[in-house]
Amino acid sequence: MSEMTEAPRRGGVEALGDLTSRGPARKRRAIFERAIQAVLFACAAISILTTFGIVATLLGETIQFLRQVSIVDFLTGTRWTPLFASKHFGVLPLVNGTIAVAFVAMVVALPVGILTAIFLSEYAPTRFRSVLKPILEVLAGIPTVVYGYFALLFITPILREIFPQTGIFNVASAGIVMGFMILPMMASISEDALRAVPSGLREGAYALGATKYQTVTRVVVPGALSGILAAVILSISRAIGETMIVAIAAGLQPKMGFNLLQSMETMTAYIVQVSLGDTPQDTIEFQTIFAVGTLLFLMTFVMNVVSDWLVRRFREAYE
Amino acid sequence: MIGLQIGKTVFRAPEVEQPEAPEETILSTKKLSFWYGEKRALDGISMEIPVRQVTAIIGPSGCGKSTYLRCFNRMNELIPGSNFDGAVEYRGRDINDGRVDPVSIRRQIGMVFQKPNPFPKSIYDNIVFGAKVNGMSADMDELVETSLRKAALWDEVKNDLKQSGLALSGGQQQRLCIARALAVEPEVILMDEPCSALDPIATTRIEDLIRTLRETYTIVIVTHNMQQAARVSDKTAFFTVGESGGGELVEFDDTQRLFTTPSDPRTEAYITGRFG
Ligand SMILES: Nc1ncnc2c1ncn2[C@@H]1O[C@H](COP(=O)(O)OP(=O)(O)OP(=O)(O)O)[C@@H](O)[C@H]1O
Ligand SMILES: [Mg+2]
Repeated sequence: MSEMTEAPRRGGVEALGDLTSRGPARKRRAIFERAIQAVLFACAAISILTTFGIVATLLGETIQFLRQVSIVDFLTGTRWTPLFASKHFGVLPLVNGTIAVAFVAMVVALPVGILTAIFLSEYAPTRFRSVLKPILEVLAGIPTVVYGYFALLFITPILREIFPQTGIFNVASAGIVMGFMILPMMASISEDALRAVPSGLREGAYALGATKYQTVTRVVVPGALSGILAAVILSISRAIGETMIVAIAAGLQPKMGFNLLQSMETMTAYIVQVSLGDTPQDTIEFQTIFAVGTLLFLMTFVMNVVSDWLVRRFREAYE
Repeated sequence: MIGLQIGKTVFRAPEVEQPEAPEETILSTKKLSFWYGEKRALDGISMEIPVRQVTAIIGPSGCGKSTYLRCFNRMNELIPGSNFDGAVEYRGRDINDGRVDPVSIRRQIGMVFQKPNPFPKSIYDNIVFGAKVNGMSADMDELVETSLRKAALWDEVKNDLKQSGLALSGGQQQRLCIARALAVEPEVILMDEPCSALDPIATTRIEDLIRTLRETYTIVIVTHNMQQAARVSDKTAFFTVGESGGGELVEFDDTQRLFTTPSDPRTEAYITGRFG
């Protein structure tokens, strides 16, 4: 009895013997595998370490800054004059300018982006989409400095024609062009979200007698809402971080208020202004850019985390 | 005595032929052919579907059962490049006539899909969706309750109609989809393998439901499960892939007769499991 059960097992071990290899060839392969792994790890480590390095520098200089200026004054003050004799370190005018430009950008990018996405995903014939999508991607590839000059030399004159009180540098012009710049991203992410809505849901709506318009507005768009919301947040985050357009077209005057036809300075434009200027290092003036940079980083970081969370939640809903 | 066993269900040919009352036809196709682009999916199918009965369509995979079903509510026209020839009639009227609105056809002829597809909305909103898009002015609360009762789902969900339809089990989702289809008060319900994604218990519940609905509705059901066809249907059509590459109708008869005394050798081969 026991012999009978043992016999096939011995055969099994023998068969396995053919599959195991020993000796130098195997050792060489193992070393090779480990070397590859090490190289890949090093590459991944570089990007992580760089990020940590940047964040550490930002925080270090910001702490230096906050030793001299109270954090309350910094976050709630409404006058920003660190480069003048009478220094005030209230960051709100820069935040005001940043939000004003981002607001105008979103007024352009949000409706046009979502409607473009709906058109591409639900209405456009396949051939049309295969033409329009690459065009949108080209739009995303234009260097932002080009957008900046487009705002200054093309949009601003038109605005001045319509509203004569418009300044040479103004929020509206920079914001409108920034909206165009963000548009492809907005449209592309929203389109992905719309297309991820299972076609079974569309069929379900049609089968109940819904028209195409009803299907799109009552099933597809609501179904893609968290994905679209993620696109909106990511776009805002991009608008807040955008530098070149505002530095060229929105001006360098830190101002509070809602007048979009006047010049305002954004957080990014201020950082550029100081970095490129002759402000000596290790002075409080120079440290301000790190404080502003940290604030900017925190704002976009939070938004990216939220949008990431929304995208993941959206994906789960349809798995 | 001719008898045939499919699973545990044993059929026997009726000993005495009963005189049949003439059946009223609600849906019919005349020489219906269908193409996806160049690919032929249906080849000249003529068939008459009786009112307030359950008609099952069986046949091997790819023989065009789903395609045929979707011709009845014009769902196929949503597929770019598709084409048809022949006629589909609903109560004697050609539904592909230019003056016929596909939206009104779909309101009369509802559909339940293979994969349960509740909208990512509350149970309540799933049910009232059809009524709302069709501009029906019913008491919505009442509509929700009666539809869910008809679909035998009410007792399980009545305490939380605000929860998402996606939070239900697969079987419950499918019953929600049936309830949703019933809420627009159709005459016909097309079902494309409604149980294929469900476990045996959920399947039994849907089959019980189909037998109840048969009193009021005309049901056309596609199924891969021959026992299911035998259990729920009055009539059965057997499709197969013809020489043209498109599906064709081999045999259409009373379910009992088709399973006990098939007249075509291909049907016999299929139902006894020698083919497909
Ligand atoms: N959207 C489509 N585009 C192109 N060809 C299609 C499409 N849908 C179905 N077909 C083809 O048409 C034929 C019939 O398909 P259909 O889905 O009607 O078969 P079926 O009998 O329902 O099969 P199954 O039992 O697997 O569901 C198949 O050969 C299939 O490949
Ligand atoms: Mg099918």
